[in-house]
Amino acid sequence: MSTPVTEPSAQAVAPKASTNHLGQPLAAYRGVTSTLCSGCGHDAITNQIIKACYELDVESHRVAKLSGIGCSSKTTAYFLGQSHGFNSVHGRMAAVATGVHLANRTLLNIGVSGDGDTASIGLGQFLHMIRRNVRICYLIENNGVYGLTKGQFSATADKGSVQKKGTENEMMPIDCCALAIEMGCRFVARSFSGDMKQLLTLIKAGLNHPGTAMIDVVSPCVTFNNHEGSTKSYKFAKEHEEQLHDIGFVPPHEQITAEYAEGTTKTIELPDGAKIVLKKLHRDYDPADRNNALKLLADARDQRLFLTGLIYHQDGTYPDLVEQKNLVEEPLATLSESKVRPPREVLQKIMESLK
Amino acid sequence: MLDIKRIYWIYQSIFVTFKSPNPSKSFMPQTTLTQPSGTAVQAPSRVNDIVIQIATSNGSGSQSANAILLRSIFQMGVPVSGKNIFPSNIQGLPTWYTIRANKDGWTARRKEIDLLVAMNIESVQDDIRELRPGGMLVLNSELKSFLNRNDIQAHIVPFNELVVQACPEVKLRKLVTNMIYVGVVGYLLSLELEEMTQAIEKQFKSKPKAAELNRSAATLGYNWASEHLVNTRTCTIERMERKQEKILIDGNMAAALGYLYGGVTVVGWYPITPSSSVCENLIDLLGKYRHDPQTGKATYAVVQGEDEIASMGFVTGAGWAGARSMTATSGPGISLMAEIAGLSYFAEIPVVITDVQRMGPSTGLPTRTCQGDIMKAYFLSHGDCKHILLIPGSVEEAYEFAIEALNLAERFQTLVFLMSDLDLGMNNWMADPFKFPSKPLDRGKVLTEKDLERVKFFERYRDVDGDGIPYRTLPGTKHPLAAYFTRGTGHTPAATYSEKPENWQDNMDRLTRKFNTARQLVPQPIIEKASDGDVGILAYGSSDMAVKESLAQLEAEAGLKVGYMRIRALPVNGEVRNYIASHRVTYVVEQNRDAQMASILRMEYPDLAPKISSILHYDGMPLDARTVTQAILQSEKPK
Ligand SMILES: Cc1ncc(C[n+]2csc(CCOP(=O)(O)OP(=O)(O)O)c2C)c(N)n1
Ligand code: SF4
Ligand SMILES: [Mg+2]
Repeated sequence: MSTPVTEPSAQAVAPKASTNHLGQPLAAYRGVTSTLCSGCGHDAITNQIIKACYELDVESHRVAKLSGIGCSSKTTAYFLGQSHGFNSVHGRMAAVATGVHLANRTLLNIGVSGDGDTASIGLGQFLHMIRRNVRICYLIENNGVYGLTKGQFSATADKGSVQKKGTENEMMPIDCCALAIEMGCRFVARSFSGDMKQLLTLIKAGLNHPGTAMIDVVSPCVTFNNHEGSTKSYKFAKEHEEQLHDIGFVPPHEQITAEYAEGTTKTIELPDGAKIVLKKLHRDYDPADRNNALKLLADARDQRLFLTGLIYHQDGTYPDLVEQKNLVEEPLATLSESKVRPPREVLQKIMESLK
Repeated sequence: MLDIKRIYWIYQSIFVTFKSPNPSKSFMPQTTLTQPSGTAVQAPSRVNDIVIQIATSNGSGSQSANAILLRSIFQMGVPVSGKNIFPSNIQGLPTWYTIRANKDGWTARRKEIDLLVAMNIESVQDDIRELRPGGMLVLNSELKSFLNRNDIQAHIVPFNELVVQACPEVKLRKLVTNMIYVGVVGYLLSLELEEMTQAIEKQFKSKPKAAELNRSAATLGYNWASEHLVNTRTCTIERMERKQEKILIDGNMAAALGYLYGGVTVVGWYPITPSSSVCENLIDLLGKYRHDPQTGKATYAVVQGEDEIASMGFVTGAGWAGARSMTATSGPGISLMAEIAGLSYFAEIPVVITDVQRMGPSTGLPTRTCQGDIMKAYFLSHGDCKHILLIPGSVEEAYEFAIEALNLAERFQTLVFLMSDLDLGMNNWMADPFKFPSKPLDRGKVLTEKDLERVKFFERYRDVDGDGIPYRTLPGTKHPLAAYFTRGTGHTPAATYSEKPENWQDNMDRLTRKFNTARQLVPQPIIEKASDGDVGILAYGSSDMAVKESLAQLEAEAGLKVGYMRIRALPVNGEVRNYIASHRVTYVVEQNRDAQMASILRMEYPDLAPKISSILHYDGMPLDARTVTQAILQSEKPK
């Protein structure tokens, strides 16, 4: 079985006003101070990760923070200071995460990547990670440019979007959500760093997903891609965002509140008892319909719509990579010698067969 | 000298010649004897000192036939090796299998061929040209027109007619033809039928029907040969007594066994010749021997990556999280792994790469051997990188060093290479049975929750012990001190981000200390043969057997007492320095063009550079003793 995010024991402590059920204050989920440009969308996402882990009573030591290279990838240092983190190499975090997942199945993996890191240099690994269903909540902090190398277009830049220097992007963007659905990802969401409530909810839900959950978060780069003509600016995002639904997250053992009254909502039950509640807005959207999801994304691209929410979700459990490999419950990393070194007699038998 | 056996034998061949039941074309005596001496039968000249070359085409299924010949000789107690010289192709191109049997244990390649089985029209002309004068040729009668030498003994065999008798099923005939030459060669070499039968049974142990078909084809070949060919006993295999029972194994299987016993837990790989069988064998072994007896669940994970970058990413992530992880590849794969190799060096993450070296790029000679990755592996990646290389010189060491590579990777928290090559990895070598590891697994300096509670201090990159090796914690460790942040960029001893020049330089100096500690802990060089202090050889890896044979040649033929030290790992330590210093001249024998090891040694010991010479072999074929002997004689001939 996949490991639930919230340990059963975590329920033991009654929360004080300023702590969660583990008795931890929000500050315990912070990391070192961000060195990103002030106003950078990535920092807003960091804040929601901190909040999500705090509210979910995540035990920091069980988290592995994984990232590639970029301004976005740096942010793993800015949250969960009490968790192990690995800022790896550009575009290869997906593979590193795969190894981490195999070595220790009990870890809760949070992956942070950029649009360059995922859709440009790392596209292959990203797709293969999804194909393998590595257990990870994978966030793409998508600003349409390479922030860290000073503003070149990435592969998610929209056709017609204009660079700060005035150059127009002539190529079609890569839509990571559409690709993820193609690859069989069972949790695909899109959000906006400025939409705090929705983002928080999606991160919580993503952390609970027993496989690869990917969230593509439009996250403006205030320094290199926030000008007029950019389709990844705050202004553009705010003006164009259309939420597919109002989304709520109900932790395990808690009741659905009146906010999500019967009739107007759709509830998705997660394996550990948590629930995602989707409240209908303008559209009647069913995230379980794969073809519809792909059509929605294609239309959105053509019509320049910025649709956010849970785009695609499949109920039920599907084996993650560790389950596909039928691994022992104990982490491979800590198996004792007696479990990983076959006995002397086996070697003798093999030697005998080679004589 | 005529002994009884030979008299009988001459009698038999004459008898057969004249008593042939059916004097039709195909049943006439099929041996052309044109010995320089002019006599029909020649005294046995080579007993247990034979090179057999079998020339077929790729995909003709000759592997099992060749393995049976090899095994029959092996079972008769004669030291033997088998080398596959194959093209980068699935079907059609010429392929050769070379068996060398040698009573003194010299089983490196020898260029001179005593017995040639010529089955392939594509290569037959060249093949026949390369047979030694007086050598034996087993020639498919279809290729008779290519016979253009009269200083060899040609045995012409109508394989295509015989196979019709041996195998009613047309589909299988191509395969069964191979077993007929096994029988013919068995007869010509006087192999014991009993051992041949056993070898066939061993080869097809799970397929009794195939065993029967192959046995009867080999017998047919043997009987046909005994009736129609004149066995001149030019080359004979005679049973030898062995002190200890030996095994026959290739280096890739040996390394796979090492990883099995080294407790590997995560394996990432991407297929590439000649390394694929490391992981393929390992997958088989893990599948058989590494499941929890209670639950039946796996204590390992193997993932085939989408490329070598991914494979290297898997094992680096796994190593970081505490698994014993390994990936296997060859030159082109090493190139793709280069970036993450640098990360593992700077971020100090245990991981093992097995490099089964081959020639050049993908369209180079991927199926030929060389030692061309030594320099690249040693310095792989960006910035000042230096890695530990373990270089096995035998299949025993491929097994032992695979275990040791996993230990050293965790001990030093870094990338460790196991540097094999195609000759060692894919060819069959004889060895003493492998020993159960004498040491427990070394998991290195890992602080657990309990340790942290006790020491109440943890800084990831602090050199607490003065050996340059810091302590680490694994993700998942439940202790407030446990967490740290891993990055390739500059960091303080406490693993916090730093761009301060002194932090960077201090860390680099600690990495050097760590590397220097490794000098004493990696497999140490071995003096394989003492010298008189004048001429020494330094060699490594699969060159070992050829070098040892060359030393014997130099002593026997020129009275030269050349010494030999075998390097088994990088970085080297003072012993290698002393060795070079104590000789007038030291030849570094290696299988690459650019004298890579010699260059590394000159870098290590610039003052000794003038004393270092090179003997280089880089044509893709395994090194042979004669090449080394000639090179030394040429340089050392009296002035
Ligand atoms: C192999 C390699 N190539 C190039 C770089 C340089 N580089 C660093 S970050 C980056 C782009 C990052 O873009 P993105 O992932 O979108 O992150 P952002 O900075 O926009 O958050 C590049 C090209 C690198 N670090 N490694
Ligand atoms: S350059 Fe752009 S992406 Fe990078 S920190 Fe500044 S605003 Fe953020
Ligand atoms: Mg970006």
